[in-house]
Amino acid sequence: MEIDKNKPYPVIVPLECKSCSRCVVACPKQCLVIGKTLNERGYFAAEYVGEGCVGCASCFYSCPEPNAIQIHIPQRG
Amino acid sequence: MSEKIIESTGLYKSFPRKGGAAQTATHYCPGCGHGVLTKLIGEALHDLELQDKAVMISPVGCAVFAYYYFDCGNIQVAHGRAPAVATGVSRATNQVVISYQGDGDLASIGLNETLQAANRGEKIAVFFVNNTVYGMTGGQMAPTTLVGEKTVTCPNGRDPMSQGYPVHMCELINNLKAPVYIERVALTDPAHIRQARTAIRKALQIQKEGKGYTFIEVLSACPTNLKMSAVDTNKWINEVMTKEFPLGKLRDNTEATEVVRPVSDFSKEALDKVFGAGKGSAEVPAQEELPDVQVKIAGFGGQGVLSLGTMIAQAGLSVGRNVSWYPSYGPEQRGGTSNCSVTLATHAIGSPVIYRPDLLVAMNRPSLEKFKNDVKPGGVIIYDAIMGEVEMPAGIKGIAVPAQQLAEEGGNPKGANTVMFGLIAALGVTRLPDVAFRNALANSFAKKPQLIPANEKLLDFVREWAEKNAK
Repeated sequence: MEIDKNKPYPVIVPLECKSCSRCVVACPKQCLVIGKTLNERGYFAAEYVGEGCVGCASCFYSCPEPNAIQIHIPQRG
Repeated sequence: MSEKIIESTGLYKSFPRKGGAAQTATHYCPGCGHGVLTKLIGEALHDLELQDKAVMISPVGCAVFAYYYFDCGNIQVAHGRAPAVATGVSRATNQVVISYQGDGDLASIGLNETLQAANRGEKIAVFFVNNTVYGMTGGQMAPTTLVGEKTVTCPNGRDPMSQGYPVHMCELINNLKAPVYIERVALTDPAHIRQARTAIRKALQIQKEGKGYTFIEVLSACPTNLKMSAVDTNKWINEVMTKEFPLGKLRDNTEATEVVRPVSDFSKEALDKVFGAGKGSAEVPAQEELPDVQVKIAGFGGQGVLSLGTMIAQAGLSVGRNVSWYPSYGPEQRGGTSNCSVTLATHAIGSPVIYRPDLLVAMNRPSLEKFKNDVKPGGVIIYDAIMGEVEMPAGIKGIAVPAQQLAEEGGNPKGANTVMFGLIAALGVTRLPDVAFRNALANSFAKKPQLIPANEKLLDFVREWAEKNAK
């Protein structure tokens, strides 16, 4: 699914995810899921379903890994 | 369209100190609260522009490798010793100091140092990770393990009748006066994590302003050792653990002013004043080389053994000798054995320990018997005549002094020690001039100058007695 970059969206680095599900539970819009493919380190990485992100960064702050999630928020004007 | 990007800051981008294959990931287990806290502290360090001014103290425990991650100064220290090292760094460098410790490190082996540092109001931001269990070593009971909670060392659940109750660190520290900010937070869900984020930033802001000790207790998930999923562990913290460890601010003295430590003055003038060394020691006149004079004074505690030694040392000091005074005594204030060693020298003194004294002053018989065979050939032993007949080692001159009687005859019944002092002066064993002894007398009675004339008179009286009786 193509992500609409005119709206906030998370960037999840699949390699860095340890599949703890903290972000999935933290997301108020239920737009993260644990994926079905193993990453190189042996974890099923979390994925963004492609829409619904409001840029609240709850997933970012809930995630224990420094390099696994970024939140991108478009700036107007 | 431009984008604002929320990402980790204040941490290294990769972690080469960690080694191994996955150098962009932490060493923490999936779902561990440590990673969440690490990101929050890193972000605060970055946003408050503290990275070049901060020293992170890593503990022993799972966070032992905090220095892999934090892009600031780092020191890793022994188990429970973070407060001691943090105190040293803070006092010596005035950097912002952060100690990051777990429940075993801080609340068990480090409990004493934690409370002492808190009580001194050291400028340290303490982040205390409480997950109720020893993580790194494999899930043993921690000081904060809940009643009934199972760990590998309390497999039937913690029983307070056997292992006591959970330790409440925030509440303990809240009993001390000095700490500035105390709060307990939880890293469980977005709302709690945001509260924690605010507390962490506040603590570091207080450090930036040098206002003193801050203590943030962080309830944090250890899914591995609690044997639950990360999600269930966070639920358990919210529903069960916070009943035992209620969240919230226990103290907020952010209006406090900066802690300014007094500066120690180690100048010669200041030290002379503290130790009453007087002016004599300021300029050492050139003097002829003399052999060391070593004096041992021994007796019961309370007989004035140690003060007689300091008076001899003061006498030497007042005429430019190098001196050492080295006491040795039992734990008793009165009645135990006590002795001191005084060395007078015209060159530097290597060691204050004396094995072969030139002069032994023995205030009682056990001391005399103990030390008399150590005296150098040709040396002198002064002892109180009250001991009666004493056999002297060969080649040693023994002088029995009726100290109390002489003090009374000399008009100063309380001056038995001055009698011994006067006799030491009169014998010349110390190679010190008479003026040195008068200086020392004046010095030791500096706070009661009205007693000086009577004691000087007694010195003269003893000198006359010695002319007749001790030659």
